[in-house]
Amino acid sequence: MSLSDLLPLAVAVPLIGAALLAVTGHWIRRRGCDILAAVFTTAEVLVLLLLWLRTAHGTPSGSPASWLGGWRLHDGEGVGIVLVGDPLGVGFALLAALLVLAVVAYAWRYFDEPPARMPGTFPALVLLFEAGMCGFALTGDLFNAFVFFELMGVAAYALTGYRVEDPRPVQGALTFGIVNSLAAYCSLLGIGMLYARTGELGMAQIGHRLVEHRTDLLTVTAFVLVLTGLLVKAAAVPFHFWLPDAHAVAPTPVCMLLSGVMVELGVYGAARVYWTVFSGPGGMPPGAVRGVLVCLGAVTALVGSVMCWQQRHLKRLLAFSTIGHVGLFLIAVALLNADGTAGFALYAAGHAEAKAALFALTGVLLDQYGSVDEHGLFGKARALLGRTGVLYLVGGLALAGMPPFAAGLGKAVAEHAAGAWLPLLPVFFVTVSALTGGAVLRAFLRVFLGAGTHPREASAPETSGEGEEPEVRSPERRIPLPMLVVPAVLLASSLVLGLAPGIGRVFGRAGDLFVSRSDYTAAIGLTPPTQVHHATVLPGWTVEGVALGVLAVLLACALAAAAVWGRRLRGAVAAAGRAAMELASGRLARPLRVAHSGRLGDDVAWLAVGVAALLAAFSLLR
Amino acid sequence: MSVFPFLVAGWILLVGLYGMVTSRNLIQAIGCLAVAQCSTYVLLLAVGYRRGGTAPVYSDIPTHSKVVDPVVQALALTDVVVGATVTALLLGLVLQLNKRHGTIDPDALTGLRG
Amino acid sequence: MTPRARLVLFLAAAVVIGAVFTLACLQLPHFGTQTHPYADRAVAATMRQRTANTVSSVNFDQRAFDTLGEESILFAAVLGAVGLLRRTSDERRTRPPLGPVLPSTRLFGALMLPVTLLTGVYIAGHGQLSPGGGFQGGVVLATGVHLTYLAADYRVLDRLRHRELLDRTDALAAGGYAVLGLLGLAVGAAYLQNVLHLGTFNQLTSGGLVPVINAAVGVEVGAGIIVLLAHFLDQTEEFTAGRGAGVSVAAAPGGGAS
Repeated sequence: MSLSDLLPLAVAVPLIGAALLAVTGHWIRRRGCDILAAVFTTAEVLVLLLLWLRTAHGTPSGSPASWLGGWRLHDGEGVGIVLVGDPLGVGFALLAALLVLAVVAYAWRYFDEPPARMPGTFPALVLLFEAGMCGFALTGDLFNAFVFFELMGVAAYALTGYRVEDPRPVQGALTFGIVNSLAAYCSLLGIGMLYARTGELGMAQIGHRLVEHRTDLLTVTAFVLVLTGLLVKAAAVPFHFWLPDAHAVAPTPVCMLLSGVMVELGVYGAARVYWTVFSGPGGMPPGAVRGVLVCLGAVTALVGSVMCWQQRHLKRLLAFSTIGHVGLFLIAVALLNADGTAGFALYAAGHAEAKAALFALTGVLLDQYGSVDEHGLFGKARALLGRTGVLYLVGGLALAGMPPFAAGLGKAVAEHAAGAWLPLLPVFFVTVSALTGGAVLRAFLRVFLGAGTHPREASAPETSGEGEEPEVRSPERRIPLPMLVVPAVLLASSLVLGLAPGIGRVFGRAGDLFVSRSDYTAAIGLTPPTQVHHATVLPGWTVEGVALGVLAVLLACALAAAAVWGRRLRGAVAAAGRAAMELASGRLARPLRVAHSGRLGDDVAWLAVGVAALLAAFSLLR
Repeated sequence: MSVFPFLVAGWILLVGLYGMVTSRNLIQAIGCLAVAQCSTYVLLLAVGYRRGGTAPVYSDIPTHSKVVDPVVQALALTDVVVGATVTALLLGLVLQLNKRHGTIDPDALTGLRG
Repeated sequence: MTPRARLVLFLAAAVVIGAVFTLACLQLPHFGTQTHPYADRAVAATMRQRTANTVSSVNFDQRAFDTLGEESILFAAVLGAVGLLRRTSDERRTRPPLGPVLPSTRLFGALMLPVTLLTGVYIAGHGQLSPGGGFQGGVVLATGVHLTYLAADYRVLDRLRHRELLDRTDALAAGGYAVLGLLGLAVGAAYLQNVLHLGTFNQLTSGGLVPVINAAVGVEVGAGIIVLLAHFLDQTEEFTAGRGAGVSVAAAPGGGAS
C-alpha cells in the first residue's frame, strides 16, 4: 500500500465506523459505542497524521494523489475523481480529525440518556460528519466537493437539532439546514455552468480548460455561485445569519466541531476553488478577487466582533466571535499570496483549539447550572474558579491572541501579511481580538468572580441563555473528568503549536504549494512534474507580532474591566466614556441587533442580497 | 431561442427564493427549497442535451448511436437523492418544531434574535 | 425587518441576479450542442467496462466515489431522522385505531403489491443494463411495501417491516459500499476500482463491480426509505402528546417543553 492509498482511507475509515456503530449499537450498549467511536476516530487521526508527516516536510515526487477507481488521466483527459494530499488539505483534514477525537473524548458519557432503542446514533453521526469534512478537504473534484459538502451539512443539521426536547435547537437546526442547502444548490448551479463551458468536473482540469476562454460574465457568475455555498458555510456577512442561531443551540460537543473546523473549511474551500480553478488565465482577475474578498472580510470581522460584544448568551457570544475571526481568515486568504494563506491555516488551527476549549468549558457551566446566561450566572460559578474558571480565562486570553498561543502566532503571521499589503488591515485584527477576547474575559469576571455589579437588563432584542434544557439529566453530579481534561489538553496543544520550532517553515511550505497551481496539476498528472520553488518561511514570533498581540490582550482586558467596573467609576472622564459606550451600543449596535431577527425569510433575503452584491462587484471589476 | 432552457433554470431558482422569502409556513418553505433545487436539475440536463441524441443506455441500441450526456444525468440522479434526503430531514425538524413551538410560521419564531 | 422591506430587498437583489444570470447564459454553449468531451470519454469507458447503461457506469464505476458520498448522505439522513423523530419523554405510545378501508382499495392493493415488488426487484437488478438501478428500484420497493398501509392498515404494515432488522440492513449496506471499495486496495489497485471479472456486454452479470454496488445501493435505499417513512408514520399513528407538549407551549415560545 502506498502513501496515496491513505487518502481514500481517510474517508472510508469513519464511514465504516459509522456503519458499524449503527449496526452494533443495539448490542454493545453505551460503553461499547463510546469505545468503538474512540477506536475509529483514533484510527482516522493516525491515517491523517501519517499523511501529514509524509507530506508536510515535502516528498520528492510532489503531493500524493489517488485516482478513485483507478480512472487516471490519459493525455490530460479522464473520467474519474481524484483525492489530492497537498499539505494544507491534509492539514485541515487532520485538524478536523483531531477535533473529532477531542469531541468523542469530551462526549464520553456526556448524554446520560441516550435516545431510547438507539445508542450509537450520536457517535455515528459524528463519524459521518468527520467523513464529510475529510472528503471535502481532500477532494480534487468540484462535484465531489459538493457531495461531501452536503454530507457534512446533513450530519451537522441532524446533530444540531439532536436535543429535540428543547424548543430552540430545532429552530436553529432548521434555519441552518435550509440556508446551507440552498447555498449548496447555488454552488451546484455554478458547477453546472463550469461543466457547460469546460466539459470537466475536476478542479484542476476545469482551470486548465478555462484558459481557452476569456473572462466573461459566465465565468463571473459561475465563480460567484460556487463561492456562495462556501461563503455561507464560512458565515461571511451577509451570509452569516444562520450561524449564531445554530451554534448557540447545538449540543456543546457539536458546537466545538461547527465553530472549530466546519466554518473554517468554508474559507478553505473558497481558497481552494480560487487557486485551483480560477487563478489562471480565463479565470478571475486577482485584483478583483483580492479587493472584493478583503472588503467582505473586513465587514465580516467588524459585524462579528461588535455583535459578539453585545451577547449575554455565552454560546451565542462564542458563535459571533467565530464570525469575527472568519472575517480575519477571509482577509488573510484574500491577500492571494503564500504568506496570507499559510497565516490563515495557522490562525485557523490556533483558533480551533481555543474556541473548542471555550465551548467545552461553557458546556461545563451548562452541565452544572443549566444555564449559559452571563447575567443569570452572575457570581454563581465561584466554586468552579479553581479549574474551570482558570481554563476559561486562559482560553479567553488565547482567543485574544496572547503570545505564545498558536492563535496568537497565527494572528501575528496573518496580520503581518495583511499589513504588508495594506497598512490599515492590522487594525481589524487587533479590533476583533480585543472585542471577542474582551467579551470572553467580561463573562469570566462576571460568572466566575461575580465582579462588579449585577448587569442591567437591556432593552435591545436579545437572546438570553436562561431556560436552556440542561444537556445532561443530573445537574448535581460532579463534573466528569473528560469535560475538564479535553479543554486543558486543547489549550496545552495550542501552547505547543505556538512554540514548536520550525513551524514557520512547515506552514510556509504548505502555503507555497497551495498557491502554486503547478504542484497540484503535477500531482494529478495534468502537467509534467516541476520543482516548486519554496521561498516562504513564515516570520514566527517577531517583535511587531508580540507587541500587537499584547496590545490586543491589554485592550481586551481594558474593555472587560470597563464593562464590569465602569459604572462604579466617578469623574468626568468616566462619565464621558459611559456616554460614548451608550451611544455606540444604542446608535450603532441596535440596528445591527434588530437585523439579526432569527427569521428564515430575512436570512434568505440577505443571502440573495449577498449573491447580487458579489455578482455586481465582480461584473464591474472583472 | 437556444438559451431558453438555461433561463428557465434561473427563473426556477428565483421563484424558489421568492417563495422562501415570503413564506409563512415552514413546510411550504421547504417545498420552495425543493423548487429552488429543481433549477439545478434543469440546468444540468439542459447542459447535457445533444441535438438528436437518445438515452445513453446501449442495451437495445447500436453501440455507435448518438446519445445525450450521461454524466449530467448521473449528477442529476445524485442531486435528486441528496435533495430528497435533505428534505426528509428538514421535514422531521419541522414536525418537532411544531410540537415544541405550536406553530410552523417562521415569522412567529422569535426565540433566537439579537 | 417588516415583510414589505424584506420583499423589496429581495426583489432588488433578484433583479440583479436575474440580469447577470441571463447575460451569463448567453455565453453558454448552445442548447443541444454536439460537443460533450466528458460524455464522449464516459461512453468510451463504459464500453471498455462492458456496462450497457452508461449512467450506471458513471454512477457506480467511473464516479463511484460521488455515489459513496451520496449513500452516506442518505445514511446520515436516516440516522438523523431516527434521532430527531424519537419518542420524547413527554410522549406516549398508543395503538393506532383501525381505519375503514374500501373493498376496492383492498383488492387493488392486494393485486398491486406483488407487481410493485417485482418491478422494484427488476429495476434494481437490471441497473447495469437498462434504465434504473439501485436508487430507483429501492424507492419502488420501499413504496411498494407501503401499499399495505393504504390497502390494509397500519398494523399490517408494522408486521411486515421489522424495524431493527431494517435499521441494521441499512447500516450494513452503507458500510458494505465503503468496504467494497477496499477490495481494490486489497489487490493492489485503487480504492473502488472495478477489479471483478467484467463479463459479457449486455448480460446480467456484466459490469464487474457495478451490479454488486448497485445491489448494495438498492438494499440501502429500500431499507433506508422504509425506516425513514416508519419514523414519520410513528409521529402520526403512534405517538400522542403527553402533558405539556404541543400547543400549550405556544403560549411561551422559548420556554421549556417539560
